[in-house]
Amino acid sequence: MKDSKVIKNIAEAVALSGLKSGMTVSFHHHLRNGDYVLNMVMEQIANAGIKDLTVNASSLFDIHAPIIDHIKNGVVTTIQTDYMSAKIGKAISSGVMQNPVQFRTHGGRPGDIESGKTPIDVAFIAAPSADCMGNCSGKIGKSACGSLGYAYPDAMNAKKVIVITDNLAPYPLLGWSISETYVDHVVVVDEIGDINGIVSGTTKITRDPVGLVMAQRAAQVIKNSGLLKDGFSFQTGAGGASLAAAKFLKDIMLKENIKGSFGLGGITGYMVDMLEAGCFEALLDVQCFDLKAVESIRNNPRHCEISASHYASPYAPSAVVDSLDVVILGATEVDTDFNVNVHTNSNGYIMGGSGGHSDTAAGAKLAMIIAPLFRARLPIVTDRVNTISTPGRDIDVLVTQAGIAVNPKNAELAARLKDAGLPVVDIHELKEIAERTTGKPQPIAKGDRAVANVIYRDGTIIDTIYNVPNAGGIL
Amino acid sequence: MSDIIKRASAGTMESSDAYVEISPADKGLEISLDSVVQQQFGEAIEKVVLEVLTDCGVQNAKVNVIDKGALDCVIRARVETAVMRGRGE
Repeated sequence: MKDSKVIKNIAEAVALSGLKSGMTVSFHHHLRNGDYVLNMVMEQIANAGIKDLTVNASSLFDIHAPIIDHIKNGVVTTIQTDYMSAKIGKAISSGVMQNPVQFRTHGGRPGDIESGKTPIDVAFIAAPSADCMGNCSGKIGKSACGSLGYAYPDAMNAKKVIVITDNLAPYPLLGWSISETYVDHVVVVDEIGDINGIVSGTTKITRDPVGLVMAQRAAQVIKNSGLLKDGFSFQTGAGGASLAAAKFLKDIMLKENIKGSFGLGGITGYMVDMLEAGCFEALLDVQCFDLKAVESIRNNPRHCEISASHYASPYAPSAVVDSLDVVILGATEVDTDFNVNVHTNSNGYIMGGSGGHSDTAAGAKLAMIIAPLFRARLPIVTDRVNTISTPGRDIDVLVTQAGIAVNPKNAELAARLKDAGLPVVDIHELKEIAERTTGKPQPIAKGDRAVANVIYRDGTIIDTIYNVPNAGGIL
Repeated sequence: MSDIIKRASAGTMESSDAYVEISPADKGLEISLDSVVQQQFGEAIEKVVLEVLTDCGVQNAKVNVIDKGALDCVIRARVETAVMRGRGE
């Protein structure tokens, strides 16, 4: 019999977990750029003298920059992640770590955890609420983040699971995401994160006229794709133009009385608006982006939490992405073969990652990229992207302010859009239009040492990212 | 054509803009450039800056350009304005 799994502190958790040099620890990223847990845990691990660890984190944000010192000190020697923001990305691109980073996708990560390819020794679960036995939830508590979708595979497959919370609730905590059956220890801390970094206020729809033109076109593409009918399903990113597209789409769905089946993703308040207006029967949510989404998942039974595997695993018998009609995605670069880069910036520094990009592009019937013709003088369309994040075969259409380029593999879509009077152009033409305005960019210098591998959702390495020579200069 | 008689600036540090500072100098033109697209467009930007200065008849000046990805037309406008302000026009 056990009356409580609550232990003293993180240091005791590290000791009790049996963590030793050479093992793997894991973290999930629902607290995003407000997360204190990864840093607190890594500090105690370093204090315990443990070295040569693999850190498997579903995403890494700028707040996690202290991990750079743990890399330098030999505490962390391998990183597995789906996304890495610019601060840590710059250090990696500068060559701070010997072993290349293993980039996976939000579907490939849980797939590899479950198959045993990337086993986890100790998983640390940041939980906005937990009871003394480890039943935990992200929906309530002062640090509420909503869904805990990415933490499920870690909790269910790690050898030891530590829940870290700043809101110890009476047993039993109802409405748990992860149940006590997976949890070994519970640690209570003052704060697991900074609420301002965990969820944003409502993200604003773009007011940029170029963004609005793109968004309107994107909605028109969906309308004329043949997919917008009862039962329609949809995912969009949280960028300003993508949100504007969702708003235009909502107007069309309400006007034509189309009843969709589900909205998927990273959920924002705009998707909640669509649910509440009757555009969808349900929202399936692996992560909440803003306060409105957190409130909705707490209160609305049609707004449903899903695990990372359920979202996008390529190895599960099925995942929700396989039933998705349309996804709107972003890009830092698209090449004339429709390959998309979301990993590196124009100077070759890591500043992102696939996240669910390639999972949803592979699953959706229509995968749309929405991007301006050029950003800060750099054309979006290139001969070859600096890094292939999502292969061109999974991308159907690129929407820009100067025209819509349809992948030649989808001739039916091109015909539908032309019939609807939309400005369909060859992707090479978009590149030329942009370069007439910006000039032709000179190629960037690439180093010769691999700093990261991009592992596609089927396990194959689809690209390698090299160091940036003379890093420390321009970012 | 008058000389640059005082320190002047034009433009902003916003994305897709350029901030241009001009100040008096004794011997010739000295241009320094810091650009977010240095690798891709550094040479092209320096060429445009020099062209505008020549067209305006500026022979002696120190010009500092901080570029945030501005198009040529923007750079031209910013440099031209900085020159006019530097001449006290």
